[in-house]
Amino acid sequence: MAAGTPAETTGLPPNARGTSWRARTREGRFALALLAPSVIVVFGIVIYPILRTLYTSLYSVNTPFPGHFPWVGLRNYTFALSHSEFWSAVERTAYFTVVSTGLELVFGMGIALLLIAPLRARWLFRTIVVLPWALPTIVNGAMWRYFFNAQYGVINAALTQVGLQNSYHAWLSSPFGALNIVILADVWKNTSLVAFFLLAGLTTIPADLYEAARIDGYGRWGAFVHITLPLLRPVIVVVLVLRTIEAFKVFDIIYVMTGGGPANGTQSIAFYAYQRAFSDEFFGYGSALSVLIVLFIMGFAILYIRLLRSDTYAVT
Amino acid sequence: MPDSRRYRIFIHVAAVFVSLIFLAPFAWLLVASVSSQAALLKIPLQWIPSHISLERYHQIFSSPQGTIFGNFRASLLNSLIVATATVVISMAVGVFGAYAFARLRFRGQRVALLLFLSTYMVPPIALVIPLYLIMVRLHLLNTRLGLIIVYCTFATPFVLWIMGNFFMTIPRELEDAALMDGCTRIEALFRVILPLARPGLLSTALFAFLIAWDEFLYALIFTSTTAAKTIPVAIAEFTGRYTTDFGLQAAGGILAAVPPVLIAVVFQRYIVGGLASGAVKG
Repeated sequence: MAAGTPAETTGLPPNARGTSWRARTREGRFALALLAPSVIVVFGIVIYPILRTLYTSLYSVNTPFPGHFPWVGLRNYTFALSHSEFWSAVERTAYFTVVSTGLELVFGMGIALLLIAPLRARWLFRTIVVLPWALPTIVNGAMWRYFFNAQYGVINAALTQVGLQNSYHAWLSSPFGALNIVILADVWKNTSLVAFFLLAGLTTIPADLYEAARIDGYGRWGAFVHITLPLLRPVIVVVLVLRTIEAFKVFDIIYVMTGGGPANGTQSIAFYAYQRAFSDEFFGYGSALSVLIVLFIMGFAILYIRLLRSDTYAVT
Repeated sequence: MPDSRRYRIFIHVAAVFVSLIFLAPFAWLLVASVSSQAALLKIPLQWIPSHISLERYHQIFSSPQGTIFGNFRASLLNSLIVATATVVISMAVGVFGAYAFARLRFRGQRVALLLFLSTYMVPPIALVIPLYLIMVRLHLLNTRLGLIIVYCTFATPFVLWIMGNFFMTIPRELEDAALMDGCTRIEALFRVILPLARPGLLSTALFAFLIAWDEFLYALIFTSTTAAKTIPVAIAEFTGRYTTDFGLQAAGGILAAVPPVLIAVVFQRYIVGGLASGAVKG
């Protein structure tokens, strides 16, 4: 972390080294002072729980309270990795992540292009697009659960009344159907944020590039493929990773929409960990599962940093 | 690019279509919240209520404390306090850190930033049990302060990231001029940089408020009474308890959504600015 030790002096002429060294030391100390409050507020609180979770994952713990517990080494991990329960949860989470992130990206791109298009009452459209993003996740989940209710939901009512289905459908009672409905609810809400991210990227693309493309004989589609997409790549990668991490941790919307059911059909890996820890009180096993989630997410993050290796400030 | 008539018609039709998809669920929540119970349970569904009743809102706002509705009001207040305090504290500490990341060069800079940002990868479920034990020991369980402390741990890295990127968009020369005039770096930060970074501050505050308002798992585990229970927990309970009173669920949902939606709409023009500086830098 930030320290008052001499910084790397490579690339400096020898006679500049002395002053630079001193200046850099001072700058380092100043940075440390400025960062100290953030370090305390964040790591002062989370370091112990992180270490504690790692530690707990190596024991067989069946109460949230302190005590003496048998050491089991990596057995919590090997148990998870050798059980189909765990892998089904991983599979469902991966499906949720890929489908929801993919749809959000495609729809978000379309909406971002509309947001920057010469619309009348553009401010109004922008305001409407903000709304789903600001709706709290729990409210969003409860709302869609009601909409898809088997007897009183508006989806059934609407589809039946316009003649698209003959009878009411128990949407949330098939495991795979329920998972897809959770995805729909997630996509409806989070496409907004993705669209705003992409819009932010679009606003930085100089207009004369499009002019040049037009002179070169590209149509709208050609300009999108050859200018917009390549220039938007860094933003797309940022969004992709932020959404992927968020989707892989998915918990709240599942808690309120389906409670993991039916028949565990919507049980994400975070929800599985929650149930093992809080319903079954297998805290050691729950901790090992959380560590595995972090490892999965770190895998994505490393992939991402590879994709976007740059020496600019932001590393995520 | 010259806009053909066909293109103009196409984008307007598409915008109307998207707007309908985004507005329809809100519209139905509003209608449901003022429809009678009987109308909502009718098959085929009665789409347009025969009379409008604000009874549910009245119930939520005027029931005495200690009832489920009084508790709902208390959780709205808790959420407001917790989210506001989280924004204030995380911004107050994060702004200095963000300045350090954006303007100073020091050893371990990249690693330090990565460490802050990697906390985002840790799911709350991984930390909730040990945090619970700490809360018990420090008597912070079921208190707003306990939630605020925990929420600052995920709001602060976020402030560091967005504000840091924002500071980088402010020309260094302006600050150098202030330093030449005899300002200290801290004075330059307060007098030159922060006023220029106002849009960034607002967009960061908006994002921090929304993530604090939205948080669910910690609140679910750490709070149990009106002393600290936040609105997402109250909504989850509300919908669990009144499973068929959809009108009441809708009214509760709308009330829970009003503060964040209002704030997002008022400050929406800062959203793009915040994301532009945050995301485009990569």
